[in-house]
Amino acid sequence: MTMRLAFGFSLAAAALAALAFAPFYVGPYQVGLLIGLAGYVTLSSAWALFSGPTRYVSLATVAFFGIGAYTVAALNEILPYPLVLLAAAGVGLGIALIVGLSTLRLAGVYFVIFTFGLAELVRQLVTWYEVNVTGTLGRYIFMSFGPEEIYWQLLALMAATLFVSWCIGRSRLGLALKIIGDDEVVAAHCGIDIARTKLALFALSAVIITLVGAIQAPRWTYIEPGIVFNPTVSFLTLIMALLGGANRLWGPALGAVPLFLLFEWLSANFPDHYSIILGLLFIAIVFILPGGVLAFVERALAHSKRVTGNAERVREPGTAEARQ
Amino acid sequence: MSALLEIRDLTKRFGGLTAVNGVSFDISRGETVGLLGPNGSGKTTVLNMISGLLPASGGAIHLNGEKISGLAANRIARRGVARTFQLVRILPSLSVEDNVVAALAFGKKRLWDRAARDDALTCLERVGLQGRGSENAADLTYIDQKRLELARALAAEPSLLLLDEWLAGLNPTELRIGIDLIADLNDSGMTVFLVEHVMDAIRALCGRSVVMNAGMKIADGPTGDVLGDPGVVRAYLGDAHA
Repeated sequence: MTMRLAFGFSLAAAALAALAFAPFYVGPYQVGLLIGLAGYVTLSSAWALFSGPTRYVSLATVAFFGIGAYTVAALNEILPYPLVLLAAAGVGLGIALIVGLSTLRLAGVYFVIFTFGLAELVRQLVTWYEVNVTGTLGRYIFMSFGPEEIYWQLLALMAATLFVSWCIGRSRLGLALKIIGDDEVVAAHCGIDIARTKLALFALSAVIITLVGAIQAPRWTYIEPGIVFNPTVSFLTLIMALLGGANRLWGPALGAVPLFLLFEWLSANFPDHYSIILGLLFIAIVFILPGGVLAFVERALAHSKRVTGNAERVREPGTAEARQ
Repeated sequence: MSALLEIRDLTKRFGGLTAVNGVSFDISRGETVGLLGPNGSGKTTVLNMISGLLPASGGAIHLNGEKISGLAANRIARRGVARTFQLVRILPSLSVEDNVVAALAFGKKRLWDRAARDDALTCLERVGLQGRGSENAADLTYIDQKRLELARALAAEPSLLLLDEWLAGLNPTELRIGIDLIADLNDSGMTVFLVEHVMDAIRALCGRSVVMNAGMKIADGPTGDVLGDPGVVRAYLGDAHA
């Protein structure tokens, strides 16, 4: 087990190092792609952190993403950059706690609708504030660093998100989330504080999403509510996590990479039909792979193992049951 | 000696319907008490208020002299109340072992990792599910799911175990096994409060029974006496048989 773990970590570290060096060998367009990829892998992994095990489908992704971007736009000339990021995380955390406390008692479709409404509400509030208070709609973000630095920051956030996700998956907290996802009544009767558990994970997920928005903001140079609060971000994040499998560590990443590349290609080649294709894909994924690609592969593997394993079990009774 | 569980004037109203109306009784440590009554008499509602699934509209519940009515279900669980449900509730996406670890990791024992797994195996053995830990809980048969639910309740080492029609739907052989299992629990000193319709089980297990009808307590005493009480017979079978 520890050998496997060490191997897994070495592999992940090697992949991370390769990704970190990639900007030295590719052109500016590819660096742009890498930024998008790292951004969406992080967004969908962070989304799955909360929504995967609990099955609370959140469409508030872009609310936090946009809050991150706007915090940077508002503070980048006042504070040093690390403090701007810290402030963005703080704003994201504050809003996540308020929203979480007031909504996590909602179940099923009501939660989905609320989170979608929240994203629209935040966009309207920011628009109203900019028009009526500051007297402008857009803001400029000038930073002294280039796309490579943005990419490295996102890559670090992505690695941190996956590591945190891995730790939670093995922890008591991870089990608590799975139990809540299965049956909240049983969870409460097992002694789990459901509200606090959900709130903690919702807030953690929201802070990571806010940071993605904050780090990516300088890419645009000019931002306005229509750009950073675009609901497509919420939907893409959701589809990516669902395609790969929201209940697996690598699931969201596995969904994010091919879908992001596909969407890039589609939006370049079919700009007018892009959203129709997106909708059709969404429907197809939900129908064909409701548990995601990874769960599908695992089931297929388990099935073939059962077929070949039955013969062995007859020879060695008991071994198949031993877990470790 | 004070009672383990004290219930005073317990009341539950759902809008205009009073499902439980001023019910009072005690349960002493080590007792196995049956809660009987026709369908809709409020038995499960009483159980739900004890475990914290439903808040009481009136009255009070004390466990070990401390008030537990008004507390959330997770806090009541940590104070030593465990239960099974009328419609069996296992955690379908988890393994059999993790279903039991669920009660060990967050209850009053707070075990994790190796200690939790070892304890889970002991609990599974106790209900006859040894060697099944790695199976998916959803793949178990109905009786095995009931066993698993009981193993999860036992894992918490409760001072009070609530069973809601745990023996319902079992065939005669399974029923025998089930009754023996509960009898063993009682022999080991656990206090058990069970809602049950299977009269053979009530007679075999419960020294004392409480009977409810239309939300009110209509009898409370030694099971033999209670089952012969004309009021109880009338509640179950109507006036002609009383």
